[in-house]
Amino acid sequence: MEALWVSLKLAACVAAILLAIGMPVAYWLAYSTWRGKFLLESMVALPLVLPPTVLGFYALVAMAPHGPLGRLWVALFGHGLAFTFGGLVLASVLYSFPFAVQPLIASFEGVDRRLLDASAVLGAGALRTFWRVILPLSLPGVVTAAVLSFAHTLGEFGVVLMVGGNLAGITRTVSIDIYDHVQSLEYGAANRTALVLLAISFAVLSFVYAVNRRVWTPWTAK
Amino acid sequence: MDGEITRTMLAAQVRKERHSAGAASFLLDVSIEVPPGITILFGASGAGKSTLLDCVAGLTQPDQGRITICNDVLFDSVPAVHIPAQKRRIAYVFQTLALFPHLTAEENVAYGLRDLPEEGRQERVGEILNAFRVKKLRKQKPGEISGGEKQRIALARSLVTEPRVLLLDEPLTGLDTELKAAIVDDLRAWNAAKAIPILYVTHSRDEVDALGERVIALDNGRVVSAGAPMEVLDAPRRKKLAQAAGFENLLNATVLDLREADGVMRVRLGERACEIEVPLGYAAVGSRVQVAIRAGDILLATERPRGLSARNVMEGRVLSLEQRGAMVIARVDCGVTLVAHVTPGAVRALELAAGRPVWLVLKTHSCHLVD
Repeated sequence: MEALWVSLKLAACVAAILLAIGMPVAYWLAYSTWRGKFLLESMVALPLVLPPTVLGFYALVAMAPHGPLGRLWVALFGHGLAFTFGGLVLASVLYSFPFAVQPLIASFEGVDRRLLDASAVLGAGALRTFWRVILPLSLPGVVTAAVLSFAHTLGEFGVVLMVGGNLAGITRTVSIDIYDHVQSLEYGAANRTALVLLAISFAVLSFVYAVNRRVWTPWTAK
Repeated sequence: MDGEITRTMLAAQVRKERHSAGAASFLLDVSIEVPPGITILFGASGAGKSTLLDCVAGLTQPDQGRITICNDVLFDSVPAVHIPAQKRRIAYVFQTLALFPHLTAEENVAYGLRDLPEEGRQERVGEILNAFRVKKLRKQKPGEISGGEKQRIALARSLVTEPRVLLLDEPLTGLDTELKAAIVDDLRAWNAAKAIPILYVTHSRDEVDALGERVIALDNGRVVSAGAPMEVLDAPRRKKLAQAAGFENLLNATVLDLREADGVMRVRLGERACEIEVPLGYAAVGSRVQVAIRAGDILLATERPRGLSARNVMEGRVLSLEQRGAMVIARVDCGVTLVAHVTPGAVRALELAAGRPVWLVLKTHSCHLVD
């Protein structure tokens, strides 16, 4: 169950970081009128189409002791980034980026523009409008973003294998653990771990869909 | 009223071109002045009313122009000034009202009052909800509130911030007349003390009649007329009506005398003494009326006709002849210019040509009073 703990910790860290980075990026993508916006949009969507191994490969190269990111990390923290939990978080953030940003964009765009206008004529600047109007009205999208990036990170395999390797208690996540069990023909153990992952994933997705039906949004009339 | 030397006045000159895919570009080019009190901005949908309001509020930037409240410049193209919407202190009630759906009525109204301490804010919110008769709804969310009450809350939310100008974009559409009148009365009562300029957009004649006061009529991005509702709305409407009905001649006339027994009255066309008899209408001696005459109802003669039942015979001179298909359009000067339709055969038989003296013959009942 050590692997499950690593997976949950990783997924939680990634979801939290993605919410923090994803919101300003999504805000900009939703409201900017810049013509070159599509370039950033396709960059954000890139992890959806790339094989995880490609992403993992480049992440690994960058994190290598002589790679740009690796050198920076060594200078800052005195140790390398590859095959550490930190490196795993970083690569996973990249990999799950679209899963956080896209629901955020969709929900920000879904907020009636006239509400933003109303907020402005009532004297609110962009930041206050975001906190008081956009964010509360985008709550289902925020929950979706958090949960999807959590679930997606929980289930990832390729990137983890490339960047994290297989160090018990540090970088061995559930999906790697299952792979290990299967490789050693321990089908019983593989099945138990897989079932746990299946149950968690199903619960998480049910939660997302329920939220998107606005089951719990407080302002919908009964 | 000595202190009111400079009254709060909104002035806006706005020029803005709008391109939309597939449609021809639209040019808004207006200059308006809005004194304290209600001024109605009237026009069909697509006339540019909302775009103008957006420019005044600061939500859209004009291509060119200048927007001021008294001497305070909100927008100027040269030198470039653009005060952002949140700093203009202009209240704007949208057609959709745009109440925040996740906040209660009370929270909606308090939204614009964040600079106030908590107690003062509660007091102001309570006061204005009372003034607009919606205090009992203060804990409800917009989704649970009826149309008319939502409109009252939207008004309260805008006015509680003590704005310098109030913009209303068809805020009362969809309400029945009685409810509308009641809300407008409350708005007037509120503005009696504040005396701010209120620009009220509507495309409904009924609302214009109900609100009275000044009207600015907008059509296709231009101000077509401004003034009291009667002058503004009736003139273009009459003209359009007359032209639409195929009256080529639309003439201003002054009533000379009424012959009630005969059911007719004499009017003078234009400034010079060209008098005709027209059917009796609701008009006083000396008042101005408009007379519409179809070009096809006017007869031309080269000699003074006699023994006719037609009561109106006027002497004139042909200004021009223009053949259009099987018809010749003759323009005749008889103190005013009249347009008559004749056939090419008649032109040949009468040897009509520019400069030739002619008589025009017109039946009394071919003259239509327009109202």
